[in-house]
Formats: sequence, structure tokens, C-alpha cells
Amino acid sequence: MNRLFSSRLLPLLATALVLLVLFGAAGAHYEHFFSARVVLNLFKDRAFLGVIAIGMTFVILSGGIDLSVGSVMACSTVLLASLIMERGWPVPLAMAATLVLGAAFGGAQGWIIHRYGIPAFLVTLAGMFLARGTAFILSSRSLEIRHAFYAKNSAWGLPLGEGLTFTLGPMVFVSVLAVAMVVAHGTRFGRNVYAIGGSESSAALMGLPVGGTRIAVYALCGGGAALGGILSTLALGSGDPTRGMGLELDAIAAAVIGGTVLTGGRGWMVGTFLGVLILGTIKTILDFEGSLDPAWLRLASGGLLLGFILMQKVIAIRSRET
Amino acid sequence: MSGILQLHGIEKRFGDFAALRGVSLELRAGEIHALMGENGAGKSTLIKVITGVHAATAGTMELEGRAIRPGSPREAERAGISTVYQEVNLLPNLSLAENITMGRQAMWGPFIRHGEGRRRARAALARLGVEVDVARPLGACPVAVQQMAAIARALEQRARVLILDEPTSSLDAREVAELFGVLRRLRDEGMGILFVSHFLDQIYALSDRITVLRDGGYVGTWEAAALPRLELVSHMIGKPVAAAEACAAKEEASAGPRRGAVVEVAELERKGVAGPFSFALEAGGATGLAGLLGSGRTEVARMLFGIDPATSGSVRVDGRVVSLTSPRAAMAAGFAFCSEDRKVEGILPSLSVRENIVLALQASRGALRRLPRAEQEALADTFIKALHIKTRGPETPMGALSGGNQQKCLLARWMAVQPRLLILDEPTRGIDIGAKGEIEALCAELRRGGLAILFISAELEEVVRNCSRVVVLRDRQQAEVLEGGAISLRQIMETVAAA
Repeated sequence: MNRLFSSRLLPLLATALVLLVLFGAAGAHYEHFFSARVVLNLFKDRAFLGVIAIGMTFVILSGGIDLSVGSVMACSTVLLASLIMERGWPVPLAMAATLVLGAAFGGAQGWIIHRYGIPAFLVTLAGMFLARGTAFILSSRSLEIRHAFYAKNSAWGLPLGEGLTFTLGPMVFVSVLAVAMVVAHGTRFGRNVYAIGGSESSAALMGLPVGGTRIAVYALCGGGAALGGILSTLALGSGDPTRGMGLELDAIAAAVIGGTVLTGGRGWMVGTFLGVLILGTIKTILDFEGSLDPAWLRLASGGLLLGFILMQKVIAIRSRET
Repeated sequence: MSGILQLHGIEKRFGDFAALRGVSLELRAGEIHALMGENGAGKSTLIKVITGVHAATAGTMELEGRAIRPGSPREAERAGISTVYQEVNLLPNLSLAENITMGRQAMWGPFIRHGEGRRRARAALARLGVEVDVARPLGACPVAVQQMAAIARALEQRARVLILDEPTSSLDAREVAELFGVLRRLRDEGMGILFVSHFLDQIYALSDRITVLRDGGYVGTWEAAALPRLELVSHMIGKPVAAAEACAAKEEASAGPRRGAVVEVAELERKGVAGPFSFALEAGGATGLAGLLGSGRTEVARMLFGIDPATSGSVRVDGRVVSLTSPRAAMAAGFAFCSEDRKVEGILPSLSVRENIVLALQASRGALRRLPRAEQEALADTFIKALHIKTRGPETPMGALSGGNQQKCLLARWMAVQPRLLILDEPTRGIDIGAKGEIEALCAELRRGGLAILFISAELEEVVRNCSRVVVLRDRQQAEVLEGGAISLRQIMETVAAA
């Protein structure tokens, strides 16, 4: 029990506590907040952010950052829509191509970061503009996807009774989370990511494959962004070059609120999951309130983020002193 | 006893600069082999060649009779060569167990068997006589345990050659003894151990044979038992024994021209930390602070330089009271401070030697009055020549220099502002004998130029050798002030040890 409350797990516990308090307070204040429908909607709304935030968590754990995910996601939606609607590709093939291209884009960024030693911030900032520009070249307007596959699968899911279904988006999100947790904790690749984030030079001297791991991490994040894009087309039935503006920042916020340290090497996939749910809960509360300005969403996220960063710093200082 | 690792004619060039010139070395199974040399002799470069960080420009390496040419630390480790570095190069964010097994984890398909890893880590540490919770993050463990983890990692990797680069510099005496016990045991089990240290006592306590490098060249290899210390020193600095004797002998602390007290410290105290202290610092004199670790030596320096300002007492410069509330104020009063921790508080490794040297002078002029480039270059050149700083040029990044040469650059930085008082906190820590001698000679020269020096060192001999007045500290207070002929090692030790 003592170890559970040691400072290492403290950020994670704090995140869980904040989520419980938020949810509890909202449930006490609003009728119908405590319902399966609300929870399902929360998952459905946040599924693509969740998938992207998990990719982002890998990148941050490795000591990097990826600003391109929002644009890559937008570009993926447009690419997918145009492959299906304008080129007539079979849907599964178009999705696979989108995933591969997203991963390749991320991997290319990782290669540049590693090969030339350029800060990830700059490389992915360039990537952000490139992907967004590409999205607009593919289509300057939102492209609707009318296809039998979409008609069938956008509503498909596990029936939960009472007319509720656990749809594809949340299902993918939860599966990706489960796989990510196993990969991060239980595989060599995952531990190498933590190692590089802890100290790149040490990792190299310990004979760990720094370059390959780094490129793979960015490829994973790019692939995650493409998957997020695919999920958003399923949820919204269209591809849109303007989608996901600022999404990269939401993803970073979710990871940091979940206890992942921005300098790398420390963090949890499950924390990111909680972070995504916290951001989603705030959004849901605002929806319930109705009269509140959406600016409050940003304000609340900002306040929480600042609080968590300060808490991490305090913990870091305290653990150094003891 | 057979040669487990053989180096023949290893050469390493960086551009025009030859860091290693034809070095040969034979490491035998079951021996501890010391690699000695001054800063810049090429020890670090040689180790980096053996461990695959640098590729040799020429020469061959054989491990157990097979030619090897490791292109990366990974390949060297796979071949059986493991290294424990001076600053522990492991991962502070991961557990001891993971640090020990990283890269060679026990697997079940694609999954790591963490339980098995912890068991192996415990076993490897147990072989070294260390019992700790292997699930603890490495960063939360004392340096000694971290170092043991690094050695345990080498065992886990089935290393046959273990290289230790200054492993003792941050350990206390008991931890050093434990480490040595472990190394002897590993040697007796047949491992070949290459050991680098600056401490002669440790070299003689531990090693079977000694190889000396100088200026990137191979000087020779001797049985440790058959090589008198003085001869070893003379091989390292490249001067005959007679000269080395003169260098090692006590240099008469020739009092320079006394010009009366420049700085008078009266009842200086930082409440709850250290003090009160009262002593004077004269132009052309060196005042030493002597005492054990934790006796308040560094605290005095930090008060005088305004880093941790005093809460009571006064400091007068030329009779006028000065307020030392910040380093800027102290610099304005003509004080300069060479920190004990040059890596953290002193050098900027990515900036060039020139930029590091002009830094303090530029700061004292303010940001708007930039020192002209030509003047900067002239200044850097002057100091590089005057202090014999070994660098490829003034534009070389500071981080590429050896410890002793970095220290000289720091001295140059403060000499450039022509201070009245120079505070030197452990100026010779972590640098080798030859460079120590040079730094001490520099101090003497600075004093002759009329500078007042506050000299802080953990090595009492050094204080005795260099100072014309010694303030002896005990328990964060001033115990005694010794002057001139009254200064002796015996007297200081008696005062320090007094109850």
C-alpha cells in the first residue's frame, strides 16, 4: 500500500481522482449525467483523440514531441474520402493505404529527427504545415463519403441493450489502449522507448537501438494519427481538410494530465486514457450546461494542465530532496 | 595468464589532430590493468575506441585471438567488452533490474519476463555483495549502488573485459573499499579489468600492471610492484625523476609582495548554515580554507560570492564595506569565483573555448557593450598560450577538452576580468598530477601579480603547499587561523580532529 502512494504513482492517482471528482460533481449537479448513454457518447466523441493521444504518449515518452498529428489526421480523412469516392478504391484497401501513408509520414519525420539531430519540435512543425497543405490540395472542401460500407459500419457495434451500442470507434480506442499498455510495459521496443527518453546517450552506450526505436515511435504516432482520421470519417461520414485544428495540443495535454513527463522517460498509457476522459468530461459538462461559452472548455483544460505540470514539478523536487 | 584483449598500433585522428599515436596494449585474463596518463594523454579516446564509440583510424584489436572492430557500444558489449563510466551511464527513470537486463531481457515470445529479469538482476547484484530492492528506480539509489548496477550489468552481459573509467570519483572511502573487493573477486574469476583513475593510492592498491600514455602515445607497461610512484609520475609527465621530485616537493610558499589587507571578513555568518568567520585576505597572499568534508568550506565561498548571502557580519574591500547580496554585487566588488562543480556551475560545454574565456568579462561589461571579436580572439589566444591550454584551437567546443584544460579555461575566464580576489573552490579536483602542478604554479604567478586568493581544497597538503595563511574550519565554524611558519599539516590535522 505504501508503494502505491509513493511519489512515482502519485500523478496517476491524482489524475484518477480528478476524473472521479469531475464526474461525481457533474453527476450530482445534472440529472441524467450518470447514464450509460453519456459515458458511451463520451467514448465515441473522444475515440479519435484517444488513439492519437496514445501515439503521442509514445513520442513524449521517447523524449520527443509530434506537432503534426492534427494535420496528419485531417489529411488522412481527405485522402481516405477521395480514394473511396473519386478513385473508387475498395474501402479496406483505402484504409490500409491511409494507415501506411500516415505511418510512413511519421517515420520520415523520425528519420530526419534522428539522422540530422534536428529538434522534433521543428521537424514536426514543418510536418504539420506540409500535411495540412496536402490535405487542402487533395480537397479544398469537405468530402462526403457515401458508401455501403460506411452505411453499414458507422452504426455497427456491440449491442448493450436499451438501444445502446458500443460502436466501432470506442472499440478501436480501447483495443489500441490495451495493445499500447502491453507494448509499453512488456516488450523490448516499449522499454527502449522509456530508455531513450530517460537518457539518450546512456541508451546508446548500453547498446540499445536508438535510431530504429525513434523512427518506429514517430511511425507509430503517424499511424495513430491516420487511424484517428479513419475513426473520424466513420463517426462523421466525411473527410475534411479543416478537421483536427489544434488537436495535437489536446493530445499533448491529455498525455501530460495523465502524468507523462514532457521531458520523456516517465509516464503511463493508462494515464493518457484518463487524461482523454477528463478532457471529454469537461466537454460533456459544458454540453449539459448549454448556456456556457465554449471558451470555458479551453479555460478549464488550461487550468488543469497548469495544475498538473506544477504538481509534477513539486513531486520531482521533493523526490530529489528525500 | 593469457592476453584476452590485444591492441596493436591503435591510431585515432580527429582531422589533423592525432589523439592516439600507435598505442599497443595487452590486457590479460585475471588481471587488473591500470591505464594512466595526464589529462589529454588519450586515455578516454582509447577507451572509446575499445568500446566502439570511436572507430580507430589505424591499428588492430583482438579479443581472445579473434580480430574485432566494434562499430558501436552495442557491438562491443555483444563481443564481451563492458564499460562502467565515470558518470554512471544508465537510465535513472528505470528500475535497477531493468538497467541490469536492458537489451538482453528474458523473453516469452515478444514479451519481456519482468519477474525473471528481477531474479537475474538480484543474482548479479548478489554476486557483488549488494542486496537492494531491484524494483527501485535507479535514480533513487546512491551513486555507489548505481555503479554496482553498472558492474552487475556487465556480469549479466557475460563480459570478459570490464573497463572502469574513473569509477571512484564520487564514492566515499568505504564504498571504494567495497568496489575494490568486488573488482578483485572478478579478477580472480578470470575477468580482464582495465581501470582508469587519477588516485595513485588506488592504482597501487588495486592494479597488477600499469600502462602509461602521454600525449596520445604509448610510453610503456610495468608490473605495478616494480614501478616506484615517483617513476610512474615521471613517466606520466614526461620529465626525469629529479624534476618530478622537485615538482612533488613542497614549493616554498614564497610570500609575494604584501600590500596589506584587501578584503577583511568580520563575523560573517549565515544563520543556521555556517559561521561566524573572521579573517583577512591580502593582495599577493593566498588564504586557504582547510577542514573536512562538510566543515563549511564551500559555504564560506558561497557567502563571499553572494550566492547564499550572509545574514550578519561584514566584508570590507580596501576599508569600504561592500554588500554581497548577489553574484553580480560580488563581481562589482572585484570578486571572482571558480566553482567546485565545474561541470554544473562552470563550463558551458557547447560554447567554444574563446566564448567560455570571455564570458565573465563580457558579463561585467553588460549586454550592450559587446567585446569586439578581434579583442576576444586576442584574449583567448593569450590565455591559451599563457596557461598552456591544450585545445585544437580557440573555436573548439569546451566540452571536447579534458578536465584539467577546462579548469584552466575557467581560471582564464576569471583572470580576464582582473579581479581583486579570486575564490578557487577545489580547483584541482578530478584533474591529474601534472595539471595540478600547473594550476598551482598559475596560482603562485597570480599572487605575484598582486591578486588575493582564497584557496579551498579537500587535500590538506595542497592547502599547506599553496597558502600563506590557513583558516581551519570545524563543524561549520572557524576553529583557528594559522600564518606563515605555523602552517603545517600536523597542526591543521590536530585542529581539525580536536573535539
